[in-house]
Amino acid sequence: MKILVPIKRVVDYNVKVRVKMDGSGVDLTGVKMSMNPFDEIAVEEAIRLREKGAATEVVVVSVGVAQAADTLRTAMAMGADRAILVQSEESPEPLAVAKILKALVTRESPDLVILGKQAIDDDMNATGQMLAGLLDWPQATFASKIEKTGDGIEVTREVDGGSETLALALPAVVTADLRLNEPRYASLPNIMKAKKKPLETLQAADLGVDMGRRLTVVSVAEPPGRKAGVKVGSAAELVEKLRNEAKVI
Amino acid sequence: MTERETMTFDVLIVGGGPSGLAAAIRLKQLLPDLAVCLVEKGSEIGAHIVSGAVIDPHALGELLPDWRDRDSPLTTPVTDEDMYYLTQNRAFRVPALGLLMPHLANHGNFVISLGDFCRWLAAQAEQLGVEIYPGFAAADVLIEEGRVAGVLTGDMGITRAGEEGPNYAPGMELRATYTLFAEGCRGSLTKTLMARYALREGADPQTYGLGIKEVWEIPADRHRPGHVVHSFGWPLDDHTYGGAWLYHFGRNLVSYGFVTGLAYSNPWLSPYDEMQRTKLHPLFRPIFEGGRRLIYGARALSEGGLQSIPRLTFPGGALVGDAAGFLNTPKIKGTHTAMKSGMLAAEAIADALAGKEAEPVSYTARFRSSWLHEELHGARNIRPAFAKWGTRRGALYAGFDAALLRGRAPWTLHFTHGDNEALAPAASSPKPAYPKPDGKITFDKLSSVFLSNTNHEEDQPVHLRLRDPDLWRPVNWDRFRAPESRYCPAGVYEVADAETEPRLVINAQNCVHCKTCDIKDPDQNIDWRTPEGGGGPNYPGGM
Repeated sequence: MKILVPIKRVVDYNVKVRVKMDGSGVDLTGVKMSMNPFDEIAVEEAIRLREKGAATEVVVVSVGVAQAADTLRTAMAMGADRAILVQSEESPEPLAVAKILKALVTRESPDLVILGKQAIDDDMNATGQMLAGLLDWPQATFASKIEKTGDGIEVTREVDGGSETLALALPAVVTADLRLNEPRYASLPNIMKAKKKPLETLQAADLGVDMGRRLTVVSVAEPPGRKAGVKVGSAAELVEKLRNEAKVI
Repeated sequence: MTERETMTFDVLIVGGGPSGLAAAIRLKQLLPDLAVCLVEKGSEIGAHIVSGAVIDPHALGELLPDWRDRDSPLTTPVTDEDMYYLTQNRAFRVPALGLLMPHLANHGNFVISLGDFCRWLAAQAEQLGVEIYPGFAAADVLIEEGRVAGVLTGDMGITRAGEEGPNYAPGMELRATYTLFAEGCRGSLTKTLMARYALREGADPQTYGLGIKEVWEIPADRHRPGHVVHSFGWPLDDHTYGGAWLYHFGRNLVSYGFVTGLAYSNPWLSPYDEMQRTKLHPLFRPIFEGGRRLIYGARALSEGGLQSIPRLTFPGGALVGDAAGFLNTPKIKGTHTAMKSGMLAAEAIADALAGKEAEPVSYTARFRSSWLHEELHGARNIRPAFAKWGTRRGALYAGFDAALLRGRAPWTLHFTHGDNEALAPAASSPKPAYPKPDGKITFDKLSSVFLSNTNHEEDQPVHLRLRDPDLWRPVNWDRFRAPESRYCPAGVYEVADAETEPRLVINAQNCVHCKTCDIKDPDQNIDWRTPEGGGGPNYPGGM
């Protein structure tokens, strides 16, 4: 079984982002970028499946700017076998990414695609579902457990009421949730080895995909600051304020 | 015992600041086939770098003569500068600065983000084949038969209770013929080396400062790129060394910060609050109005200068940069001196390799005959004069020493005690009245720490420890009323149950790796050790 893991280079989760003065978006100059944490979980899961003997090869792919190559190297330092970088402009839209991934699936013919359930920059939660739709493959989103069965997989997914287990025939698309696993640290020797693993670079145009934008960002604003609290003198005053000022009771 | 993996290099460098990176570049220039590895505890190069910074490109010009053609981040030349003596409401500009304080002349210098500069230096080093690994903390020195043989990187995935967690990864042995320690001020491994090889013998005690910095974006009509301002005097008393800086650089950015000399004696003093309230002075306030604060950070620096520099070499390695204390305090600059020390150490390693010597001894001689020594020698009496006579008389002496004697005084002033010995009892010290933060120009500590992007994996052993927990109550609390809760710029130390049964709470996750607690704790009871690699602040570009 061959597994394809698409990963995205996003603002590091430790960075407190700020909106540009003109409100056109988030200021990315000089900001630390890292692999989307949900994608890290997806990479880890693919590597574990290979280590268990359920998969033979893990290929990671990223669609984005040239520096996304560093993110792919990180995935290879964790254990992915090889990488493909599809160069495009900054932050392509989910549908365009899904179309590129479809083109790569046709080329690579993986049996399973594992993606992070969403990217922490735009929180779109769309690429996995769109890819499954475009490929007309079965999909299991928000996976907290993936098990290889005879000729398919069993995926436990987190739903509102608890958890749900689905049996899927392969090929399939799975998106990873937080509790699927805890990704490993890349060791120094593996980081060194990753520098020598194959990384192929393609241009979005080579795959014949229309990267045109269909969405327009109207404005980006920071959430309003928290207002200073007040100390109340008595329970009666609190009730009075809750009733007449906050109007919650 | 866990089986550790081992990797071997010719030279290993601990720390990705200007001294370590300059050493790495010089080594590869001298010996292109040398295997040079550099480890950095920050999550990326630059993540733990805090400085003003005005850089004197002297050392850079020697290291990379064509730096101007390499798309360097030295893009804001210093255009003009002012030094002010402050009283509470007034600012007196020091006249004829170039004459009275010639070491401060900034002609030909640049205002930079030192973090961005280090990122750029790292790219130059990588082009030469230096292996750079951020996110790996050197946790211990490997010493074999009296010789430093490399370092152990920290274990990853150890739980708070000290057990191996699910994604445990043991640290590695990084071995090298020579190891350079470029940890910056008060490096945790440098500290062990100083003790192990008695490196401080014959040197004055080191004296430190704590620099706390903010980067602001200000309205374009008030921005004067290349304008450099320094102040001394208010709000510090005459016996406390320190002052503010404000540099305009980049696109509408301002670097503002405040250095407090850690030899201060009042345990109630809070360097953080001094930094905040100085922004309200009429000299500074108008610059911040209508602007917004982007980044916050802090770092200790070594102020002692020449007299406080320890022995530089030991079998198997050497100290470079501010780990050794090469900062030129009167000049308010340390980047060019740090870089030069790294270059000299690299040249000494090339000598030692050729002669198969255990210790790169020629480093000391190279230092003594370099411009670096001459520069520090000329500046050597100024900082101790402030320590001896206070700010006003110290400043007069500084003018006399620099302008009239040109640094060639036939005497050398000395430091007599460590910063940790300087505190007076809390009971006999006045409490400063710090204004409450207004949320516009001044801010509370926790909202500031938030802007350092600091983070530590939660489930790991606390990296700040009391060597003897029983000492805290009688010393830190009873005598000094927990000065750590005030000097720590990141709110790591808190006193709980102060009214009943006071105890110290250590919020190690907030730590911004400034090392002040390791320096200033009265009994040197607080021990700063490296947390998991990749932890600590994540200072973005512009810092």
